[in-house]
Amino acid sequence: MTFPPKIQARDVSVFYGDTRAIDHVSIDVAQDNVVAFIGPSGCGKSTFLRTLNRMNDTVASARVDGQILLDGEDIYAPDMDVVQLRARVGMVFQKPNPFPKSIYENVAYGPRIHGLAAARADLDEMVERSLRRAGLWDEVKDRLDDSGTALSGGQQQRLCIARAIAVDPEVILMDEPCSALDPIATAKIEELIHELKGRYAIVIVTHNMQQAARVSQQTAFFHLGQLVEFAPTSDIFTNPREERTRDYITGRYG
Amino acid sequence: MVDHTVKAFDADIGQLRGLISQMGGLAEDAIAQAILALQRPDPVLARKVDADDKAIDAIEREVERLAVRIIALRAPMAVDLREVVAAMKIASVVERIGDYAKNIARRVPMIEGAEGGGHRIEPISILPSMAAMASGMVRQALDAFAARDPDAAVRVVESDKALDDFYDSIFRTLVTYMVENPRTISQVAHLLFVAKNLERIGDHATNVAEMVYFAASGSQMADHHRGGTLSQSAEEQR
Repeated sequence: MTFPPKIQARDVSVFYGDTRAIDHVSIDVAQDNVVAFIGPSGCGKSTFLRTLNRMNDTVASARVDGQILLDGEDIYAPDMDVVQLRARVGMVFQKPNPFPKSIYENVAYGPRIHGLAAARADLDEMVERSLRRAGLWDEVKDRLDDSGTALSGGQQQRLCIARAIAVDPEVILMDEPCSALDPIATAKIEELIHELKGRYAIVIVTHNMQQAARVSQQTAFFHLGQLVEFAPTSDIFTNPREERTRDYITGRYG
Repeated sequence: MVDHTVKAFDADIGQLRGLISQMGGLAEDAIAQAILALQRPDPVLARKVDADDKAIDAIEREVERLAVRIIALRAPMAVDLREVVAAMKIASVVERIGDYAKNIARRVPMIEGAEGGGHRIEPISILPSMAAMASGMVRQALDAFAARDPDAAVRVVESDKALDDFYDSIFRTLVTYMVENPRTISQVAHLLFVAKNLERIGDHATNVAEMVYFAASGSQMADHHRGGTLSQSAEEQR
């Protein structure tokens, strides 16, 4: 924990047109941690997550104030290469969204467009390593040419994780990665998060508080665009400092 | 505190709290009745206290069952989680308090059955005020739980010192009495155990208060409050 924070958000506000969606949020994400963002729908947790790899750029009316540093580097600086940024800060979405291509191509796509693999053998190795890290290799090694969309939902989500880690990112953002999955597939993703922890900084948005409690070391509670409380996960769930956090996690939220 | 969005959760928590206060009431009664049986003396009442302890045990099992159900079905968090865990622990402590009262009741025939009758032993007259002090601590600890009041819990813990002092003084009185009246030694030895049981009841009330403090505040009670509970009884010092 002597490392400087991987991500430092300083006084970040996000606007959609005139509406303020995020209100002066500052937070640090450590390199070896899983951080969970929780909060009611519309609290801004997903919006904030998306500022961390500039996914909000794709929304025309969105505007971001404040500063977000990745390893001390301002990701909103004019000379920042957004494609490169998104390779360093990967993302996994709520609904598994594999490309309508083979399992192999889904994983190989990133390394190929980023020019990470010189030869076919390198690419094969990257695909295998990524699928292994995503805990999917044993299930798909004999059918790498099958379509990614033919896999089960849980397998598709792990394929998307394999695709995200194939380009060797530093941070993985997960936006409710298990909300479309059954409990077994969810448990596999959670186990995977445990295994990936330490290798990547991970930020996960989840509506499932038990999941936040299970996978994260730190939890941030968002409400009405504000960061209400950010603390070690065990503190948030046993002894939150803020009344709004307590009311939310105990099921008293109005 | 605001109600839960799921109303049945409030009903479960309410039922759990109700069981704890019911149990506490029975334990207080048991202490008072056991001492009354000793003082009168009344062996029939003593047997009743002994038998009634089963009701306390039954509530303890009920608390345990309900607490496990709440944890399984409601996944309580934060203050709710602390309260459910505290309720489970408090129930087992109150059950022990009931056992001490039962133990006092069981000594009544042994004190009374002996030659001369125990009610002629003068120091017996001090025990009711010690019992009132011990059962007062039990009541205040459970009131603190009902009110979710950490300050009231601290006061219970602080009052344990007075009960310990009371015990030390009774101990000396009883030992002196034994020296002066050697024929009563076996009976007075039982009275020593009665006093010791009351002193232990105070310690258990202190434990309850510490749990109440944790459930209500989320942190452990500071050591300077708890220090009083660690005082060695006179018996152990010798």
